[in-house]
Amino acid sequence: MSTETIDKPVVKESEALLSKRRRKLISDPLNDDNPVTVQVLGICSALAVTTQMKPTLVMAISVIFVVVMSNLAISLLRNTIPSRVRIIVQLAVVATLVTLVSEFLKAFAYDMYKELSVFIGLIITNCIVMGRLEAFALGNKPYDSILDGFGSALGYAWIILAVAFFREIWGSGSVFGYKVFEEVFGANIATNGLMVSPVGAFIILGLIIWVQRTKTGYVEHN
Amino acid sequence: MELINLGIKSIFIENMVFAYFLGMCSFLAVSKKVSTAFGLGLAVVFVLTITVPVNWLLNEYVLKEGALTWISADFAATDMTFLRFIMFIAVIAAMVQLVEMVVEKFAPSLYGSLGIFLPLIAVNCAILGSSLFMAQRDYTVAEATVFGFGSGFGFFLAIIALAAIREKLKYSNVPNGLKGLGITMLITGLMGMAFMSFMGISI
Repeated sequence: MSTETIDKPVVKESEALLSKRRRKLISDPLNDDNPVTVQVLGICSALAVTTQMKPTLVMAISVIFVVVMSNLAISLLRNTIPSRVRIIVQLAVVATLVTLVSEFLKAFAYDMYKELSVFIGLIITNCIVMGRLEAFALGNKPYDSILDGFGSALGYAWIILAVAFFREIWGSGSVFGYKVFEEVFGANIATNGLMVSPVGAFIILGLIIWVQRTKTGYVEHN
Repeated sequence: MELINLGIKSIFIENMVFAYFLGMCSFLAVSKKVSTAFGLGLAVVFVLTITVPVNWLLNEYVLKEGALTWISADFAATDMTFLRFIMFIAVIAAMVQLVEMVVEKFAPSLYGSLGIFLPLIAVNCAILGSSLFMAQRDYTVAEATVFGFGSGFGFFLAIIALAAIREKLKYSNVPNGLKGLGITMLITGLMGMAFMSFMGISI
């Protein structure tokens, strides 16, 4: 997919724990190099779970966990993986982590597990995970990879939370299940059913991309 | 009759792209030209029609609770559903590899045009998603096959339609920030609205 390879200078031995370069690893994916709106990765799950804020938050946390941990694992293994079979190795690592998340949710938050159903499993094929492994973890040290994974997952998290915020407030008139519309306007306000349906997700994300790209000045050329 | 109904449902009403957002990554990335979209669509139909029944067998005879009783009655309480993700993704990756080798050997011209898309399919969420849906909904083997083909065909239709629209879109004047991904998302939304009109159709 359209991942850019990041060419960073070689790390010196005595680098501060949060040096300028490392802070950039976290902050870049939040805005200028956002995985969803700029690199076009991980769109599938960005749309599917965002009808309500709560499942979206669970999804965001799960993705952060999987990306950070898989980046760490692959980065530790990077010198022992033959490049011919690297995709299978990556898939195995990611699938194991996702199974962990899924079993955890099944045990401690069964309602959430039912609601997210197949989409937890689909974190395996979320392109952000594979994209970061291919583009960063295979060629960088563990600590840097953790930071990079954390930054990318956070960039993903804030976009899906933004989409979920608009879809929930217009579609069901609430935020995190709290009925805002009823509190503010008293009577029942008609909500827009289109926002709950998939169509709403496409349109909201399209508009968010428009606003975000206008602000950062990023233009895509065909 | 039931099967035809399921086929129509999985192609139009519960379209992989418009109802479940599966396979969006390749849907957006490979829809700039109709010819490449056609190649990817064909490959997806092909792989889905094979992997869903294979995963059905795996689920039915190995993974489900009590599925291993055909080996020995001792396994009646064994539940290996937690291995589902790993097993399914392994089957998909292996199948994709196999399909790639067969196509390369027997149809080099098709291989040339599908080329890079075949390995990409292993990480297409539409493929894994269909297998997971199949396991969740307890389909029979015939239903699983029809569902696999139907989902693939739905994806095929959607990606070709989008590619055709995007080819025309090249000549229009789109605001800078909306170019590329933004306008594509809006168009997909409008297409989704059109597909919503299939809702409620049954034979």
